[in-house]
Amino acid sequence: MIRDITIGQYYQTDSVMHRLDPRVKLLGTLLFIVALFMYKNPAGYIIAIVFLFSVIKLSGVPVKFITRGLKGILMILMITVLINLFLTPGTAIVTLGKVSITYEGVGMAFTMMLRLIMLIMGSSIVTLTTTPNNLTDGLEKGLGFLKVFHVPVGDVAMMMSIALRFIPILMEETDRIMKAQLARGADFESGNLVKKAKSLVPVLVPLFVSAFRRAGDLAMAMEARCYRGGDGRTKMKPLIYKRRDIIAYIILFLFVIVSVWVGRWSVISGFFNDLYLRFLLN
Amino acid sequence: MPLILDHVSQIYNEGTKESVRALDDVSLIIPEGQFIGIIGHTGSGKSTLVQHLNGLMLPKKGSVFYNGKDISDKDFSRKELRQHVGLVFQYPEHQLFETDVFADVCFGPKNMGLSKKETELAAFEALRMVHFPEDLYYASVFELSGGQKRRAAIAGVLAMKPDFLVLDEPTAGLDPVGRLEILGMVSELHKKSGLTIILVSHSMEDVATYVERVIVMDRGRVAYDDTPREVFSHAEELKEMGLGVPESTEIAAMLRARGFDVDPKVITEKEAADSIYAALKARR
Amino acid sequence: MDIVSTKDLVFEYIRRDDEGNPSDVTTALDHVDIDVKEGEFVGILGHNGSGKSTFAKHLNALLYPSGGTVFVGGMDTKDDDKLWDIRSNIGMVFQNPDNQIIGQVVEEDVGFGPENLGVPTKEIWERVEESLKAVGMLEFRKKSPNKLSGGQKQRVSIAGVLAMHPKCIVLDEPTAMLDPSGRKEVIRAARGLNDVEKMTVILITHYMDEVVHADRLFVMDKGKVVMQGTPREVFSRVEELKALRLDVPGPTRIAYELKKKGIPLPDGILTAEELVREIEKCR
Repeated sequence: MIRDITIGQYYQTDSVMHRLDPRVKLLGTLLFIVALFMYKNPAGYIIAIVFLFSVIKLSGVPVKFITRGLKGILMILMITVLINLFLTPGTAIVTLGKVSITYEGVGMAFTMMLRLIMLIMGSSIVTLTTTPNNLTDGLEKGLGFLKVFHVPVGDVAMMMSIALRFIPILMEETDRIMKAQLARGADFESGNLVKKAKSLVPVLVPLFVSAFRRAGDLAMAMEARCYRGGDGRTKMKPLIYKRRDIIAYIILFLFVIVSVWVGRWSVISGFFNDLYLRFLLN
Repeated sequence: MPLILDHVSQIYNEGTKESVRALDDVSLIIPEGQFIGIIGHTGSGKSTLVQHLNGLMLPKKGSVFYNGKDISDKDFSRKELRQHVGLVFQYPEHQLFETDVFADVCFGPKNMGLSKKETELAAFEALRMVHFPEDLYYASVFELSGGQKRRAAIAGVLAMKPDFLVLDEPTAGLDPVGRLEILGMVSELHKKSGLTIILVSHSMEDVATYVERVIVMDRGRVAYDDTPREVFSHAEELKEMGLGVPESTEIAAMLRARGFDVDPKVITEKEAADSIYAALKARR
Repeated sequence: MDIVSTKDLVFEYIRRDDEGNPSDVTTALDHVDIDVKEGEFVGILGHNGSGKSTFAKHLNALLYPSGGTVFVGGMDTKDDDKLWDIRSNIGMVFQNPDNQIIGQVVEEDVGFGPENLGVPTKEIWERVEESLKAVGMLEFRKKSPNKLSGGQKQRVSIAGVLAMHPKCIVLDEPTAMLDPSGRKEVIRAARGLNDVEKMTVILITHYMDEVVHADRLFVMDKGKVVMQGTPREVFSRVEELKALRLDVPGPTRIAYELKKKGIPLPDGILTAEELVREIEKCR
């Protein structure tokens, strides 16, 4: 299961999305996420889905590879859905003891699920098509204005990039340690939550030890290669806007305009409200 | 109770572009009491193979039988299998997690459901079997040397009293004497305690010196399964698989090519020295 | 000229008990004098814990001596102003291939060092290309390091330090975690740099067969240099090496056995070819 998490991984291929300036991609993700939470009706989501899948298509990353990444957040997804399903006040459809499923709940749960799935897919596209170094550069340059406020943007960006690089390595390591403990008769599946949590100690302790060892090694290797913070560094791949980036910005701009326009349509005031009204009238 | 692999295949990432056939129709019988070496180039499937022996992986095709039972069966207890087939991973010291050595060695038997007393007895016995220094039983793992950590980790598996002991490159990263010590200890476990040993190794020399049967893996298949002497007589084929023969065998071959009557089947340094000596004597 | 020269190098570290009071002083390096000349291939041998890696870390000012001095290209490593000059003069490759690659793409990792040195973009690209070529990894430049074998990762690490244009490369047990073919790849790359590019190489290892071609060897034990000389000189002392928890190459051992049986072989046979040649002379 652990291998299925594709967030933070890089998918190597050559596509327009891969060649795009990371600043465009980062801004794009940000706008996409904001848009997701702004929509007040299903039409907005249709636009977002079309946009998302066009981007995926352009990225050359197999859809399967991206959806696999969703398995990792299955738990979060289910919890969100359940909370929304049961805890949204409104007109009850089914009542189970003290809680009830409401029409608003179904609507909210569905919307939240859609938002989360698209959010994860949208942001994985960025990491899948951008090397961490590139991503770092994007963040560093994009957030460069923060330097005025004495934020060590360069160092923070470097930290993020390293964290991203080590995610797959630590995942593999977790897998290996789990197997080693299974071979010693460990049991990660049975028992209640407390017991399950306890059973993870033999995995987490070695994992932390190893992470610290790696961090130490890496710090030394970086120092040995003369890393001394962001100042005075040059770039192997400096960020320069190309024509395609300008075009991408224009497309993004159009997406935002359309999103704001469509997403705010209050004439229908949302598909679910409509359903609900109709139910009341009957 | 022998372990039997019956036409076992394992495929990673099935159905995708990156699909790899890690094991391809592997059939093996591993009777009790043998000292077996598994060799193969990185990616030849040897690590995948050993994970099938204790049910950490289940075959995609074919079956693994232990004690006459299919380990893939729903009602088969793989936890129990893991007690009988102890698996020591590469760099096993990386799985130590308890505050002291002794507590860590107790982890296995405790999981087996033994009583406190039985657990401690098993741990003591295991630490003795690996010749772990007694004054360090209660030392923190961080105070140990590389070789000591490795012994502690092997003891952690031995404490479950397995019948089969599978070791995935137990000497990786150790210095020459450390390597000899670990191999000597493993060999002793075989001789004194009668454990069935399966040793995954990169060193042809180690395999030639210690094991009685060699399984050569190549691209997921069993390429050879024979005595070391027989296997190492296929120098050319082994080289093609990215492997080699012990240096002694190679030296013998080089001397034969120059007209010396050296036994082509020598595999250890001692045999090589004896045979070269005899050949030189015969000439004089 | 000496690229590396240590005089009376001592390194001690203080262990502290739970209250933070010093409980024990360990001497990891004990009056070490090692000189390495430009263009040399020097091997440093020793069992685990003999102090050889601690020594390596001094060459790059990752550790500072408690006593004595370390000179790198004539600069004292204690001189803080020279820190970055020293580090760019000495390229370090470490043991674990996974823990020293910073980039997610091979070429970006190789470019990391030059970026830190403030090398102009165009020159970074040239350096990356020439370094990857020198270790035979140019065709992998767009690959993710995670997809490479251990030997390939280490060659990328070597390229990564080469791109900084160091005067000397220090390889600190670069093969300890590799399989035999990976080990061969890395040693071949290191020897190639020495032969072709005349790069000074210091190889720290406990695999004896990796240093049979070195110009000089230093054997360390308990923080001291206990033997030094050409490989031939050092490996002829079979029993002494055994006592130091070390070993000699396989052919040397066979030659040693034959000599004990009375075959008149010379001392210090190092390779299978040499052994066969010498045996031929005996008939």
